[in-house]
Amino acid sequence: MELRSNEFKARAAANLGDAKLQKGLGLIKVKAVVNRANAVAEFGDFEALREAGKAIRNRALADLDLYLERFEREATARGAVVHWAENASEACRIVVAIARENGVKTVAKSKSMVSEEVGLNDTLIEAGVTPIETDLGEYILQINDAEPPSHIVMPVIHKTAEDVADLFHEKHGTPRKTDPAALTREAREILRPKFLSADMGVSGANFLVAETGSTLIVTNEGNGRLCTTLPRLHVALTGIEKVVPTLEDASTLLRLLPRSATGQAITNYVSVHTGPKHIDESDGPQQFHIVLVDNGRSKLLAGEMREMLRCIRCGACMNHCPVYQAVGGHAYGWVYPGPMGNILTPSYVGLENAVALPNAATMCNQCGVVCPVKIPLPDLMRKLREEQMARGLKPWPERAGLALWGWAAQQPALYALGTRIAARFMKWLGGSEKLIHRLPLAAGWTNGRDFPAPEGRTFRELYKARRK
Amino acid sequence: MSSRDAILGRVRSALGRKVSLPDTAAIESYIAAHPVGLQPPRDWEPELRFRARAEALASTVEKVSSLQAVPGAVARYLVVNKLPTGGVCWPSLRKLDWIGAGLGMEDRPARGDDLVGVTGCYCAIAETGTLMLASGPDTPAAASLLPETHIAVVDTARIVPFMEDAWALLRAERGGLPRAVNFVSGPSRTADIEQTVTMGAHGPYRVHIILVG
Repeated sequence: MELRSNEFKARAAANLGDAKLQKGLGLIKVKAVVNRANAVAEFGDFEALREAGKAIRNRALADLDLYLERFEREATARGAVVHWAENASEACRIVVAIARENGVKTVAKSKSMVSEEVGLNDTLIEAGVTPIETDLGEYILQINDAEPPSHIVMPVIHKTAEDVADLFHEKHGTPRKTDPAALTREAREILRPKFLSADMGVSGANFLVAETGSTLIVTNEGNGRLCTTLPRLHVALTGIEKVVPTLEDASTLLRLLPRSATGQAITNYVSVHTGPKHIDESDGPQQFHIVLVDNGRSKLLAGEMREMLRCIRCGACMNHCPVYQAVGGHAYGWVYPGPMGNILTPSYVGLENAVALPNAATMCNQCGVVCPVKIPLPDLMRKLREEQMARGLKPWPERAGLALWGWAAQQPALYALGTRIAARFMKWLGGSEKLIHRLPLAAGWTNGRDFPAPEGRTFRELYKARRK
Repeated sequence: MSSRDAILGRVRSALGRKVSLPDTAAIESYIAAHPVGLQPPRDWEPELRFRARAEALASTVEKVSSLQAVPGAVARYLVVNKLPTGGVCWPSLRKLDWIGAGLGMEDRPARGDDLVGVTGCYCAIAETGTLMLASGPDTPAAASLLPETHIAVVDTARIVPFMEDAWALLRAERGGLPRAVNFVSGPSRTADIEQTVTMGAHGPYRVHIILVG
């Protein structure tokens, strides 16, 4: 997927004025957020469940090499073929090679963020293989000139039913309809023959189970089941961090993932695949390939961002993020938007290529509070901000300003004098309205709103006066 | 060096492994023990809970007293809902008297245009109102997936409280997993367009559960 994270500011500004996008984002607050809250309350001790989820993911990461080897051994024993990809291009090469060796013409894909991450569709098309996205949201994006998704769970959150109505009318040549149920049926009828004729199915994996060598996917639409049942080949593409030790551990995480993502106690379908079809079975793929993608994950394991590898991709952090809710997913410029993207994008593509992202947060910790595996997202963003300063990736006025502030804050007398002057100056600026319309050196802040003027005395002055 | 060795090498160095062949005893004993994690409180009777949960997920549920009564129940459901009276069934259900109930159920692999699929289930999970389907020669996965109507026959003796109990049952009865385990919780759905929940995305529009017991 094309990287545009350094355009964050411009795209965020544009998105704030996009009425259709704002309508879709507004729905998150009244649907996804409310549904999650209800599901969490209904469960009971969700806090204990989050602790349990965190412990399982930490256990897997603490012995990641051993669990991966166990996974590989079990999967291979059951007849699956396990491939290892160091990076995006190798992952694509592996899938294209499987397609070529087997004379694959069309690929039915169920939603996989790793496939977006490695840019699989473009590579398949270059190799003469036609990928068909079958998740309704991803299908809508694909026929709209391969538009990128704007949410990891609800990829077309930025589109209205009217948009989809226009798109289907134009691309399918059918009478225009706006009812979501009728649009869904139309997509079903167009995609059904494509499922039946596809040579290969590509899925992701929400979890890899080391105990049994199985891949596990959660879906609601059933497209994931079709992609992994009907075509003669199944390729599951996923990150190396997705491994969990046992089926019981997967069950615990399944109590967290759908509740956090959509407020469901369980997704409509949870599918666990172990090896290819047996000779006496009437359905299932003849070949089952599992591509384990690193693409920066092992590097994360070694550093301060390690906790990010616990992520189970529920999207709760973005649903609850005031910045995401305002600017939408496309502003983030890569596969993973919202707080998780603020950490994953710079980690995977380089901090210099996503300078704005660790700063695209208010540090309100809504993300940290809802994260099902308790990733301290604001702490990780703060560490990335520190690294940006250390590496000189921020503009010089910001660095100079912070350096000056840092120096002054270590001189108590000077600091007290400076704040006394500033408080009085700002009171004067505020005038009788007690509102500052334009703040020197911080015009960006006052362009969109007024700054409430201070009362003229500093905290230390007031404290001293009160003690007397 | 292969990509596999390079990736595992980086993982090992990130984890600070000092020896080239780390001891797997700890992870193997954890896997062998596969401890059950946090479950919600079990303050319900499994059959009642299963039924309430399945209905909350938009499945319909009825109960008959014996397996022989299933074809009649299927026929009534299809007629009342003005649905076709023919389709596919799992080979494991081929011995039921479908013809006697006026139905044309064929025990062949499901096709894309089949409208009704009748299956059994390996077991059912009370916590979430979920069917657990285990693939096999007599229990193919597509029969519960391609048709617009999925009718599932559930032996009430095989309703277990939690998903972990279903794993335990599979380990005890089969020694491991079949090719595909599909957990089904109601008709297929999507909320991709304006977060409006719509039934019948790519799988069945309706799931009807016939409890036997």
